[in-house]
Amino acid sequence: MSDQFVFAMEVTLNGLMAGVLYALVALGFVLIYKASGIFNFAQGVMALFAAMTLVGIMNGQVPFAHLINATFGTDLHHFGWHLPALLAIALTVGVMVLLAWCVQRFVFRHLVGQEPIILFMATIGLAYFLEGVADLMWGSEIKTLDVCLFGETGCLPQGINETIDTVTYGWFGYGFFIDNLDITATIVAAILVIALIAFSQYTKQGRALRAVADDHQAALSVGISLNFIWVLVWSLAGFVALVAGIMWGAKSGVQFSLSLIALKALPVLMLGGFTSIPGAIVGGLIIGVGEKLFEFAIGAPFLGGATENWFAYVLALVFLVFRPQGLFGEKIIERV
Amino acid sequence: MLYREAGDFHTTYTSDSQTFPIRFDRYRYYAVLVVAFLVVPFIINDYWANAILLPFLIYAIASIGLNILTGYCGQVSLGTGGFMAVGAYACYKLMTAFPDVSMFIHIILAGGITAFVGVLFGLPSLRIKGFYLAVATLAAQFFLLWLFNKVPWFYNYSASGQINAPERAVFGFEVTGPNAAASTTYLFCLVFCAVSALIARNLTRGTVGRSWMAIRDMDIAAEIIGVNPLRAKLSAFAVSSFFVGIAGALFFSVYLGAVEVGEAFSIQKSFLVLFMVIIGGLGSIFGSFAGAAFLVLLPVGLKVLGVDLMGWPTDIVAHFQLVIVGALIIFFLIVEPHGLAQLWRLAKEKLRLWPFPH
Repeated sequence: MSDQFVFAMEVTLNGLMAGVLYALVALGFVLIYKASGIFNFAQGVMALFAAMTLVGIMNGQVPFAHLINATFGTDLHHFGWHLPALLAIALTVGVMVLLAWCVQRFVFRHLVGQEPIILFMATIGLAYFLEGVADLMWGSEIKTLDVCLFGETGCLPQGINETIDTVTYGWFGYGFFIDNLDITATIVAAILVIALIAFSQYTKQGRALRAVADDHQAALSVGISLNFIWVLVWSLAGFVALVAGIMWGAKSGVQFSLSLIALKALPVLMLGGFTSIPGAIVGGLIIGVGEKLFEFAIGAPFLGGATENWFAYVLALVFLVFRPQGLFGEKIIERV
Repeated sequence: MLYREAGDFHTTYTSDSQTFPIRFDRYRYYAVLVVAFLVVPFIINDYWANAILLPFLIYAIASIGLNILTGYCGQVSLGTGGFMAVGAYACYKLMTAFPDVSMFIHIILAGGITAFVGVLFGLPSLRIKGFYLAVATLAAQFFLLWLFNKVPWFYNYSASGQINAPERAVFGFEVTGPNAAASTTYLFCLVFCAVSALIARNLTRGTVGRSWMAIRDMDIAAEIIGVNPLRAKLSAFAVSSFFVGIAGALFFSVYLGAVEVGEAFSIQKSFLVLFMVIIGGLGSIFGSFAGAAFLVLLPVGLKVLGVDLMGWPTDIVAHFQLVIVGALIIFFLIVEPHGLAQLWRLAKEKLRLWPFPH
């Protein structure tokens, strides 16, 4: 077996792992889009906001400390406690639910019945707003995120996975480098997807959610509260954002660039179709593998590298020209 | 009292269909032109030119461009930054390759090149619509930036990867480089801005503009009544990119002088111009100016208020700016989806009836 082939296999595996992380962000988009027809550009910033809130709560930072200090000349920064991760995560989920309620109450309730493109632009505004609030609350410096579930144990694993390294060395004479964190992310994503599917298939709220996604008017007429469902769906998206924020934050630090993963999730959605949860996963995997393999085979040797910046978009663009609704999207029917 | 159509008799079709049919409007427009061309150049200084007037004029051109595509033709684009970069790099290559040709020609040619690139990236719009198209334009944004970063030919193999505008003159006055006077650079941009606005205004009133609006309102219906979607969409992309390219060329050569592509023309720039169009008003040339003025003045105003008066650190003010811009976008979309232009229209409507509203 040639070296190149083994390298390509390693690249593919890593691409699959990266694809799972993209899919995690894309999931949040799909949830909101299905239930309310809103294309939520702020999903990435929500992930950033969630991760920053988690770090802030864990480290006991005083919210808006910089602002208060600048205004009143005080010198606040920390409450001086360290919360266990589980409690901090629970509190952060609470914050995300509150955020979902605020978004629904103050923004989208006033925009019911507007054109989709107006709603989309509103979410861009929301993204800016949230980013500013997050920076004001917790400060804009890069933070490290170490989540340990039970005191000192149960931490998110980091670094090379020794088992895979040894096993693949035995098979090919070359050990694959797979990050433990990526493997964890894959497992978490799988659990999350199963949980979401189970939720939407087997619970009352889940059924209501699907009904709303199917037809707002009909759902209203059988007594489903649209407001409640939308708050619920934004909360769910907030929760998915938190998970994505933890995974990405642990990987590359909690910083502004975290919100840019939303942009990476867009081509994933285009490939998979906006309305399909399996589509988000498959799209994420295709984009992850595609961009890594392209960089490996063509980008780095011939084009000077860094093709990962644009490959996903161009792939999605070419793909859409042939299938405008994505892989699993519902067929677009237009009437005059 | 002043703002009436009463007594303003139009006896020819030409005078009836002019841009400003009300006399007061017309005089106001001439007054603005006179002040802009004959008064401001004499009182301008470097601070006003660089902090407010140059960015305002340049962003106004870019907003007019994006407004044609998004506001008039309904094709949302997130690739404005990339197209501005095309204009900047085209201008740079032309400036260095033909040092003796006038800057006017370089900038117009840069616009033309951008129009061509815009049409290329506009081709998918015939198949892809709505959000899908918005995301597809991101391909243009990221691919173009990567291209300008990776291919050394574009930055003439300079070691830093930056492009620097060489000194060039128009009619003996320097418009680029460090020695250019504030009044010359201002006038240079003003000429482009005024002509762009004039062209855009008249295009949108004519056949082309009507076909754009038909496509925007419902493309299938437009196709059925005989609007050619290929021609309408691609012409919108071409005209829009032409203006955006001119804005990019001016932004690089006259305003910044030196550009690092990843910083000056990043995705943030695309959003900034999009926000100008939304806040100003989709589908309005005046709105493009209003939006550009608003978003250029907002950071300056906030800086004066926050840093100079309240004594806050600059990063807090920068964060506040994000919050305010975001909140304003949402506010405008909820309360006045047609932006500042609609407020202006309402004010004029009130003024027509004042002081006897009934």
